[in-house]
Amino acid sequence: MDIRELLQQKILVIDGAMGTMIQRHLLTEEDYRGERFSNWHTDVKGNNDLLCITQPKIIEGIHLQYLEAGADIIETNTFSSTRIAMADYEMQSLAHELNIAAAQCARNAVTDFLKKNPDAGPRFVAGAIGPLNKTLSLSPDVNNPGFRAVTFEEVVTAYEEQISGLVEGGVDLLLIETIFDTLNAKAAIAAASRFFRKKGTAPLPIMISGTITDASGRTLSGQTLEAFYISVMHARPLSIGLNCALGAAEMRPHIEELSQIATCFTSAYPNAGLPNAMGEYDEQPHETAHFIEDWAKEGFVNIVGGCCGTTPDHIRHIAEAVKKLKPRNLPEVLTA
Amino acid sequence: MSTIQIHPYLRLSGLEPLVIRPETNFVNIGERTNVTGSKKFARLIRDNQLEEALSVARQQVESGAQILDVNMDDAMLDGVAAMTQFINLLQSEPDIARIPIMIDSSKFEIIQAGLECIQGKCIVNSISLKEGEEKFLEQAHICRDFGAAVVVMAFDEQGQADTLQRKVDICTRAYHILTQQAGFPPEDIIFDPNIFAIATGIEEHNNYAVDFIEATKIIKQTLPLAKVSGGVSNVSFSFRGNEPVREAIHAVFLYHAIHAGMDMGIVNAGQLAVFDEIEPELKRLCEDVILNRNNDNNQATEALIRYAETVKTEGKVQVKDEAWRNEPIQKRLAHALINGITEYIEVDTEEARQAYPTPLEVIEGPLMEGMGIVGDLFGAGKMFLPQVVKSARVMKKSVAVLTPYIEAEKEQKKLQQQVGDTSAAESGAAAKILLATVKGDVHDIGKNIVGVVLGCNGYDIIDMGVMVPAEKILETALREKVDIIGLSGLITPSLDEMVHIAKEMKRRGMKQPLLIGGATTSRMHTAVKIAPEYPGKVVHVLDASRSVTVAGSLLSKEQQSQFLGGIEKEYTELKFSFDNKKTVKEYLSYPDALQNKVNIDWNNYHPVQPAFTGTKVIESYDLNELRSYIDWKPFFIAWELHGSFPEILSDAVVGKEASKLYKDANEMLDNIIAEQWLTAKGVVGFWKASSDGDDVQVTDNSETHHLSFLRQQIKKAPGQPNLSLADFIAPTTSGYSDYIGAFAVTIHGIEPHIKKMEASHDDYSKIMLQALADRLAEAFAEALHHHTRTTWWGYQPNEQLSNQDLIQEKYLGIRPAPGYPACPDHTEKHKLFSLLRATESTGIQLTENLAMYPASSVCGWYIAHPKSQYFGVGKIQRDQLESYSARKSMALEEAERWLRPNLE
Repeated sequence: MDIRELLQQKILVIDGAMGTMIQRHLLTEEDYRGERFSNWHTDVKGNNDLLCITQPKIIEGIHLQYLEAGADIIETNTFSSTRIAMADYEMQSLAHELNIAAAQCARNAVTDFLKKNPDAGPRFVAGAIGPLNKTLSLSPDVNNPGFRAVTFEEVVTAYEEQISGLVEGGVDLLLIETIFDTLNAKAAIAAASRFFRKKGTAPLPIMISGTITDASGRTLSGQTLEAFYISVMHARPLSIGLNCALGAAEMRPHIEELSQIATCFTSAYPNAGLPNAMGEYDEQPHETAHFIEDWAKEGFVNIVGGCCGTTPDHIRHIAEAVKKLKPRNLPEVLTA
Repeated sequence: MSTIQIHPYLRLSGLEPLVIRPETNFVNIGERTNVTGSKKFARLIRDNQLEEALSVARQQVESGAQILDVNMDDAMLDGVAAMTQFINLLQSEPDIARIPIMIDSSKFEIIQAGLECIQGKCIVNSISLKEGEEKFLEQAHICRDFGAAVVVMAFDEQGQADTLQRKVDICTRAYHILTQQAGFPPEDIIFDPNIFAIATGIEEHNNYAVDFIEATKIIKQTLPLAKVSGGVSNVSFSFRGNEPVREAIHAVFLYHAIHAGMDMGIVNAGQLAVFDEIEPELKRLCEDVILNRNNDNNQATEALIRYAETVKTEGKVQVKDEAWRNEPIQKRLAHALINGITEYIEVDTEEARQAYPTPLEVIEGPLMEGMGIVGDLFGAGKMFLPQVVKSARVMKKSVAVLTPYIEAEKEQKKLQQQVGDTSAAESGAAAKILLATVKGDVHDIGKNIVGVVLGCNGYDIIDMGVMVPAEKILETALREKVDIIGLSGLITPSLDEMVHIAKEMKRRGMKQPLLIGGATTSRMHTAVKIAPEYPGKVVHVLDASRSVTVAGSLLSKEQQSQFLGGIEKEYTELKFSFDNKKTVKEYLSYPDALQNKVNIDWNNYHPVQPAFTGTKVIESYDLNELRSYIDWKPFFIAWELHGSFPEILSDAVVGKEASKLYKDANEMLDNIIAEQWLTAKGVVGFWKASSDGDDVQVTDNSETHHLSFLRQQIKKAPGQPNLSLADFIAPTTSGYSDYIGAFAVTIHGIEPHIKKMEASHDDYSKIMLQALADRLAEAFAEALHHHTRTTWWGYQPNEQLSNQDLIQEKYLGIRPAPGYPACPDHTEKHKLFSLLRATESTGIQLTENLAMYPASSVCGWYIAHPKSQYFGVGKIQRDQLESYSARKSMALEEAERWLRPNLE
């Protein structure tokens, strides 16, 4: 079934944190390297995306846990799988392969899950496109505010390579997420449109998810929520939403605002609260679910899930909480 | 669940949205950032004076431009590079980047360069059918990929449309191509049907304005949702040099074009005449040429030219900032308060005093209203602390004008009124809040800020200053019938003093709420230690911005009991969980902790001998040099602007204010240095030293001093030592002679300047000076430590570290201060001072609670061992306390008092 039809019928659930789950495996430098990179010249511990190649069973296992918890959409483990972000590990040349591998991990998990649960209904793989560690709207050098560490064209090229890997690996959707600089997101949108135009096939639906970084209600690059939405409307996204940085309690007014202005579906996957003094997230699954249930009752959302600190248990509670609730109605878009 | 309706409005964005609805008034597009239209801007860009060029943009925004047109089409320029550079710079100025950009170029590669730099939804100006449909579509697709709206010029393969019919035909054709073939939303299409110069003397030109206006009408009627724009100043081109006449022509032209449906236009946002205020004769003449009336044989044109010659052509003085001077007095006062402008406040206050029945009503009326707005904006995060303090400066100056009149009035009333026994709040006057830094403590920047912020919110502040004994605080509270008492402190012994004051308040049966604030205080300490002594009345206030809401709740009859009830419940819970948590951690016995010391192989360590032993006094260190050692982050924190330096200067939210503050700070530093306001005085010393357990013996000539240190007792992970500073000095048993050093530095000379600032009611400068003196003292400590490492002690002669590295403590060796986490006992400061003879050589005094005065002073030990590190001693057990007091020959009770924070 087409995801658009499904979204009119029910609230879909997207999965929770990947990093939190990987941490539970207490992997060592050797584990990250696997056999293939045992002699790699830099440390690679912490390169979570690399695990799609070196420890695919672990990644598939995490995906499967989320599917079993009730996620309708799972995200590929590709937050940093671009030529630009991989430069941290001098693994630029692996960018394309990482995306294929990650998409396959997610695909395999879905196949496995549907084999065990043939009546479960459709499950979707969203290719995760992260924000990059270099940003187009901000200067890294305060004495030279006009300076940029990267050009728009470089960013488009990097994203286009990522998208081509994701599509080759078999994703159903693209998810541009954790956007703190809208111009980076615009480059990702341009990359998708360029990729599909060249390929000559129908574009995959794009989900867009921004990040409001603090109580000011703005993105890191300084835009208000409405300004952000206006800046990416031209992508004609499947959904627009928010994730990360805030817990559900802090996210509520913003998701409410978005539900009023967005012509497309809305999504929200907050962190498990705000981190405590130790940097850990300690909001309990039922607490997160309780907030999200309230949004669903108010008609703010079409897609919900979790970001940093959330676990399959959080997703199970969230899925349970929204199961019987109606999704947000799409607004009527007037033409005059 | 009802279905929301969303309208097809033109939506644009910079950092903020701009939605153009049918009811939206004419949208002004700022034109001065255009190298083809502004000679000044062109020169600035060519000379690479980009800061100045930015100020042109800022002036347009401040003058009311809602969109900013940027054009870099100049034969002398690399247009792509100029556009990229200028737009990138613009993006880092939140007050400009707030509004959407219109990228204006006749070269599409320059447009594309601009699009690649802008996160918001902008307007491309322009594309056209000039080079045929294919090119037009290609460019439209690119604009669409960036989500930009487009201006379409009425231009086709035949050339620019110069008649009504051609204008309408070309626009209609373009509209259908864009909507049907490029998937363009019609609301994102803006037509420019060409505004040409009129009154040129050439008869064919006379109907150009009429053609534009008529074309606008037809486009708006026949092409749904499309918009119309144009470059307005073209129309008056033949009157260039005569600004008054040009402005009148623009105003009259716009009046008619807007009526016809023109949505937006490129204008000089600072210089638009108001239609109704144009001199009637001039207005009539302008209407004749624009509407092409009474214009046979250019009659109307000639009449206007004749009139123009009579109009003085001297340039109008820039009026943008001064328009508020024409507002009524209440508005002027509010404007001055909100914008922190002191320039006219005395004149305005005097005018208000004469306009109002009593001087008090000026305060209670317009001044308090203005400050109310300031308070609201601050509360909503739309103003930041430095701005609020500037507002307070205006307020104080204004009140100072009124005070003599109020006093005179009071005197008169006193004769008629008997003295009541009610508090200020009960009697309806402004509530009184007493603020004091407690006995033994000298730090007051935070308290001063709280005073200013509360003062801004209409409270009457009694600021008792620093080192105020409990007795004096409570007596004053009683005498002045204050409504709230606020205590501040920075060093740990101040916590005990606050507990003491709370006890006293209970004993005396006082009723006022007690506010606790300052760097060393915490909600937990307040809940566990202070609140139980004065139940239900104590509130910890995290920072100045919270003080307003807390004071508000405490002084509202309706809210007070509920608020205090809530706090009491919260504190009881905190105390309960604290009491229950206490036992969770495991501690070692003191002998076991001592066994688990840092394992240093002294046989392979050869202590470096300092260049001298004994002390060296620095009478006056070069402030200019200290400037480069300043760590700015704590400076911004003092002003409640949180973030890393220098990133904070470009922060999207506080960046603008942080930059202003930074600029003001540097200007004051310039003065401090040039006019020698302050003197940096310090002393350093090095002596032979050896350790024995947690004691360190220091030999100064023939005299021996015993320093006592404390050791961590918490049970550590296997392999982790229980640290004590004594571990980093070679033990007596090692046979090596090791060394220890010490320093004390201070900044003298702030008082006369503070007095002067207080006299001119300038809290902003006062807090600034205090904060800078603190920074200079810290910078001084950093500089001396640097000299110590490289020269005086010389254990790191080749060190190459940047200021950032120093701030991040990347150097070898440490300089811990008595009273801070690694050696928390303040009383060791006596020994440090005695070794350095610090009071004699630097003039630093120790208070009874061992704070240093002047407040901008720093002292500490120098330890050189490469393994030495900063740490916190944390909680210690009674066995260590007993050993410690015995070793120091200090009464157990006294040791217990000084070490209380480490015992509980």
